[in-house]
Amino acid sequence: MGATAPPPEAPLILIGRDGRRRIVRAANAAARQLGLHPGLAASQAHALVPGLIAHEADAVADDAALDRLALWALRHYSPVVAADAPDGLVIDASGAAHLKGGEAAMLTDMVARLAVAGIGAQAAMAGSYGAAHALARYRARPTFVVANGATAAAITDLPVAALRLAPDLVAGLTRLGFDRIGELEAQSRAPLALRFGPEPGRRLDQAFGRGFEPITPVLAPELVRAGRSFPEPIGAAETIARQIGLLVIELCAQLEARGLGARRLDLLCHRVDGRIEAVRIGTAKPVRDVKHLTRLLGDRVETIAPGFGIERITLSAPLAEPLEYRPAATSLGEAATPDVAGLIDTLANRVGAGRLYRLGPVESDVPERSVRKLAPLAEPTRGGWPSCWPRPTRLLSRPEPIETLALLPDHAPAQFIWRGIRRRVVRADGPERIYGEWGRCDAEIRAVRDYFQVEDEAGARFWLFRAGDGEDTATGSQRWFLHGIFG
Amino acid sequence: MASRPQAVLDALRIRIRAIEAGTHPPHGVLPFGLRELDARLPQGGLALGALHEIAGGGDGAVDGAAAALFAAGIVARRPGSVLWCVTRPDLFAPALDRVGLDPDRVIYVEAGDEKTVLACFEEGLRHGGLGAVVGEVGRLPMIASRRLQLAAEATGTIGIAVRRWRRAGEASGFGQPTAAATRWRISALPSAPLPVPGIGQARWFVEMIRCRAAGSAEFIVEACDEAGRLALPADLADRSAASPDGRYRASA
Repeated sequence: MGATAPPPEAPLILIGRDGRRRIVRAANAAARQLGLHPGLAASQAHALVPGLIAHEADAVADDAALDRLALWALRHYSPVVAADAPDGLVIDASGAAHLKGGEAAMLTDMVARLAVAGIGAQAAMAGSYGAAHALARYRARPTFVVANGATAAAITDLPVAALRLAPDLVAGLTRLGFDRIGELEAQSRAPLALRFGPEPGRRLDQAFGRGFEPITPVLAPELVRAGRSFPEPIGAAETIARQIGLLVIELCAQLEARGLGARRLDLLCHRVDGRIEAVRIGTAKPVRDVKHLTRLLGDRVETIAPGFGIERITLSAPLAEPLEYRPAATSLGEAATPDVAGLIDTLANRVGAGRLYRLGPVESDVPERSVRKLAPLAEPTRGGWPSCWPRPTRLLSRPEPIETLALLPDHAPAQFIWRGIRRRVVRADGPERIYGEWGRCDAEIRAVRDYFQVEDEAGARFWLFRAGDGEDTATGSQRWFLHGIFG
Repeated sequence: MASRPQAVLDALRIRIRAIEAGTHPPHGVLPFGLRELDARLPQGGLALGALHEIAGGGDGAVDGAAAALFAAGIVARRPGSVLWCVTRPDLFAPALDRVGLDPDRVIYVEAGDEKTVLACFEEGLRHGGLGAVVGEVGRLPMIASRRLQLAAEATGTIGIAVRRWRRAGEASGFGQPTAAATRWRISALPSAPLPVPGIGQARWFVEMIRCRAAGSAEFIVEACDEAGRLALPADLADRSAASPDGRYRASA
């Protein structure tokens, strides 16, 4: 609704039809606080809350919006994404989470990006669709990752309503005293099926990962895509690699026709048992080099479990950017600088894109803040750090407290104990005073660190600092820390 | 007549080099620009297209600070990008900038374990477009080092393994043989004495423990300057008078 949207603190409901009744379909947080909940009659809601803002629910538009969100997730996170109506997305993250630096990092990133877009989201990752669905709604604050093999333990305590059962089934189970999933799981199945039908058993199996639930991924219509079906399912790694090679050639021809280069490639292997094995690779720059892309995909063939065989493979480029022909280096004098983009892609797909970086300067006197990570192919920063003060080769990620013998206020320690070893200081340089960055937070307005470079009898050089100026306790605790080691 | 055996030896060396190089063209060397060091190395410098090992002595076996700076000084004098593979991200980039290694040139790879470091190290060497590749590893088995050496030979990229262990006791692994062309140990020495209180230019005790086709040697040098060059301490070099700033420095 943009600028015309009502403020979030105003109670708002969406009204839909249930047969001939008009009922509340959804309520925002403010409305829920006032006691309105989905399922309430619309007239009752109006009577309870004067000045209530009510809109007609538009299920078609909701589904369309959810599909758009699924496409967004497809571009950013994983090749297998589907809308989980009415209010969720299901994402198969296997083979894709490494590009975002792991599962937890992926969820955090997702929730943060959605929050920027004004969507309050909760995300959970678990071994099965059913469990993740339940945990995202009942446990995630705002993210939750289940360790491998701990799915069952994580969901036994959740209420029965988390099982994706129809409301009347949940009500019936609750009436019989089943509050938690664990209690239901402990029951024998036959009486349960006799009374409630097969549904509770099926949902339990799906949540505990015993029953398989296929995800039909959304497909963006404008995607560059190539696919092949096999009359006989294939399984050998060499065969898969060869087919990938053929698909890459086909895809690159399409990319070339459109003047595009792939930034991300999704390889979906549809197995005969209905599962999808997905591989996602990313590149640092738009690429349509057959050899390079085949290599990147080939590196990951071993992660594809063919099971009883693969009957169809599709390769698509969910993220593609314009890639124009460029002349090779034309100047006679200097040789072209070698292109390392290919190497960066190979390494990024192996260790994760976040773990491959350049370091650039930040204008900050606080040592740990003076360095920031840049993308490996970012523009050169031109200009490093000021070179007038000594800086250690190794900087401890967290300054370690040391015991010292030092004259206050402005002398270096005469000796100090670090990691259980006493070192006598023979020479010292300092202090270099560093002030807190008052613009950052109130606690730093008066904070001071005095850095000293000291050398012990053997010649080992260390970077020590005292928190505070040695006189005024408002500037710091006056304790000593070791922050770095010189080469 | 005295030069006659020398000429024969030189001819023999060239023939042996040709046999050793196999199908690969010779890649040349990177001199330190310090006559005392270069004279002890075959062909007067660190071989390009080869693997070199650098470890720290004493506490340096764990923190690897001097070893990393020594490596940075070497790769700073090579053109092109540098790939630096680590498991523990505790390098402080301003210090590398200080020895002439421009931060724009260094790409860091933070690998989860040493196996991945070795894989990324080899990948970088095989690429051929990099100026140098540095990997910080503790364990370097013979097979892994031979793979790295072969990768370096194939492309002519210089590879430097900075050996760094979790505990000082594990540093005994440095005695195990590897396929590296040279092996160095860098230990911190008390810095150059100053007439006033303070810390002078850092000094290192540089041991060349092993070098293919040459003997071992040890040196006392002043740590890398802003261009990555080493220098001989003025009070140890016997030609200090030649240099107005009191330090002997060869042009690289």
